[in-house]
Amino acid sequence: MASKTPPKSTAEYADDPINASLSNEEKIGLLRTMVRIRRFEQTSLKHYHAGSIGGFLHLYIGQESVAVGSISLLGEHDHVITAYRDHGHALAVGMSMDECMAEVFGKKTGCSKGKGGSMHYFAPDKNYWGGHGIVGGQTPLGTGLAFGVKYFGQKGCCLCYLGDGAINQGAFHEALNLAALWDLPVIFIIENNGYSMGTSQLRSSAHPEEGLAARAEGYNMDWAKIDGVSLYEIRAGVNKAVERAHEHSRPTLLEIKTYRHKGHSVADANAEKYRTKEEIREYMDEHDPIDFWTHTLIEEGVITTDDFKQINKEAGAEADAAAKFAIKSPYPDESEIFDDIYWEVDNNTEAGRTGRHFFHG
Amino acid sequence: MPREITYREALREGLDEELAHDDNVVIIGEEVAEYNGAYKVTEGLWNKWGDKRVIDAPISEAGFIGMGIGASMLGVRPVMELMFYSFAYVAFDQMMNNAATCRYMSGGLINVPIVVRGPANGGTNVGATHSHTPENIFANMPGLKVVSPSDAHDVKGLIKSSIRDNDPVYFMESTVLYGMSGEVPSNDELDDGELIVPIGKAKVKREGADISLIAHGRAVVTSLAAADILADKYNINAEVLDLRSIRPLDEQAIMESVRKTHRAIYVEENKPFCGIGAQVSSMIMEQAFDDLDAPVLRITSADAPAFYSPAIEKLQLPAPEEIVERALTIC
Repeated sequence: MASKTPPKSTAEYADDPINASLSNEEKIGLLRTMVRIRRFEQTSLKHYHAGSIGGFLHLYIGQESVAVGSISLLGEHDHVITAYRDHGHALAVGMSMDECMAEVFGKKTGCSKGKGGSMHYFAPDKNYWGGHGIVGGQTPLGTGLAFGVKYFGQKGCCLCYLGDGAINQGAFHEALNLAALWDLPVIFIIENNGYSMGTSQLRSSAHPEEGLAARAEGYNMDWAKIDGVSLYEIRAGVNKAVERAHEHSRPTLLEIKTYRHKGHSVADANAEKYRTKEEIREYMDEHDPIDFWTHTLIEEGVITTDDFKQINKEAGAEADAAAKFAIKSPYPDESEIFDDIYWEVDNNTEAGRTGRHFFHG
Repeated sequence: MPREITYREALREGLDEELAHDDNVVIIGEEVAEYNGAYKVTEGLWNKWGDKRVIDAPISEAGFIGMGIGASMLGVRPVMELMFYSFAYVAFDQMMNNAATCRYMSGGLINVPIVVRGPANGGTNVGATHSHTPENIFANMPGLKVVSPSDAHDVKGLIKSSIRDNDPVYFMESTVLYGMSGEVPSNDELDDGELIVPIGKAKVKREGADISLIAHGRAVVTSLAAADILADKYNINAEVLDLRSIRPLDEQAIMESVRKTHRAIYVEENKPFCGIGAQVSSMIMEQAFDDLDAPVLRITSADAPAFYSPAIEKLQLPAPEEIVERALTIC
């Protein structure tokens, strides 16, 4: 994990009050969460290659700082929703590796009882509303969560993540309009990893020179562009938007520049064709957010190299244990097929007992 | 003298009562507030309840329906109006993926208590894009409920139970029915103090012994007219069963009727291919085969897009005469 070049200075953002107030423990906590996400995904990848995990596996490796930095700012009435590259956000909100790993293995002990898979993690008790499979489809939902926060008179917001490919979906533009029109406290975070699957940003998105988020101008919405390598910069930038949402109930569109080290999903056979190996190598070596934060903390004297090694080792052990937990967990029972479809049926209410709900066989 | 009000007024009464019943009920849709509703269903509700409870949405169905779904996950109870149910197709991903499957994919951690209501009918001289009848399409999706009331009494009772239901309910009305009057008891005439019609219960609208005309929505009205002709001209006593709710479905009521009459026709304004009649006739065949004295027939809209010209469009829809003619082939 050692970086070949030292990180550039982040003093400007380090001095932002939201960062200056971080304790050493909190800084280490941010590192630990990023490392846990990476080790979780590396472990899941290993088991995917071994054939224990099927379906799609969209890895977040390289982007960890975005979820960890932004989610670290949230409080009681703040909510999170994202698309299918959702493991990082899930662990950042506090979901356990066990439940997340078991879910990708399709096990009963998974966070969605094996019914959702890698793309569909949920934890409403942690204000985490998915994990959504259709590009851009979650953006109206995120707007709705913000509507709810405002309706109930709470001081909160919704962080609604999307990829750079999602910015061309109609639902996203409808969500932007509603959010700005109705003063909803939603923060749309474009995690711009440069590629909508195998199509580069250049070949997929028309946008102002200033960047993707500048499209917000058309909706009279505040926006900003953030470099996603530095946690300090992410926290400082996103916090402005959170304050805007909390204090003025206004939305923001953020673009956070980041990079995924792996393909669109593990099934992406062209991951090293639409991008050069040199490009991928450069991002891994020079712009890795975990390396960057590690060096920042070492420079600050918060941790030593050995501390990092220990954190990495513990995260690896936790991920291995999660895989063991997943492997030994039972598959869901066939009898569970018809659970969790209708609330009224699940709760055996009068409505749930009235009329035929299912039509098979 | 029983109170008679229109389908539109009854629906509005139901909405108004639910706005009063639960502070979390919000009406959102195009022109529902200041314009008083494109079809005047929500007339006066914005004046009474204000900006927080009755909200005009931009023409943005995917956006505002999806927004309603997200808000419902947090505990808001949105009642979304589609000016025409045909516009559901613009919001299809939200209505099929997000409303219907979030509960399942979260292993039951989430529920989506949303109502999406609006007119879902043809026959109004507006061409194919505004004449869709998507009840079969949405009823195909487990996780969704589909309701299609045919009279003023039921539209009030069912909108109230739909809003109180904790699952997504797609509530399909008819612009042709909006002006039709029917008996709707006032609340002080009712033992419970309010009119609630449970989802999933069919209603025998006319008792008969010779043939079952099973229908939903406006086709119930058409079937009742056909039953009159059958009785008056042919001495055939038709039973008319109004499903009211398509999913969940009152299978028991269907089989009871068929076991009594031994003949059945499903009548609907939907298209024939995988329509509600296809589902119901298959169930009758499987469960009441030995009770049948004739094949189950289906009468649907013509299997073509809605014709604009009113002279032809009316011929595309089920008519009493067609029902009579087909009934005579099996009676």
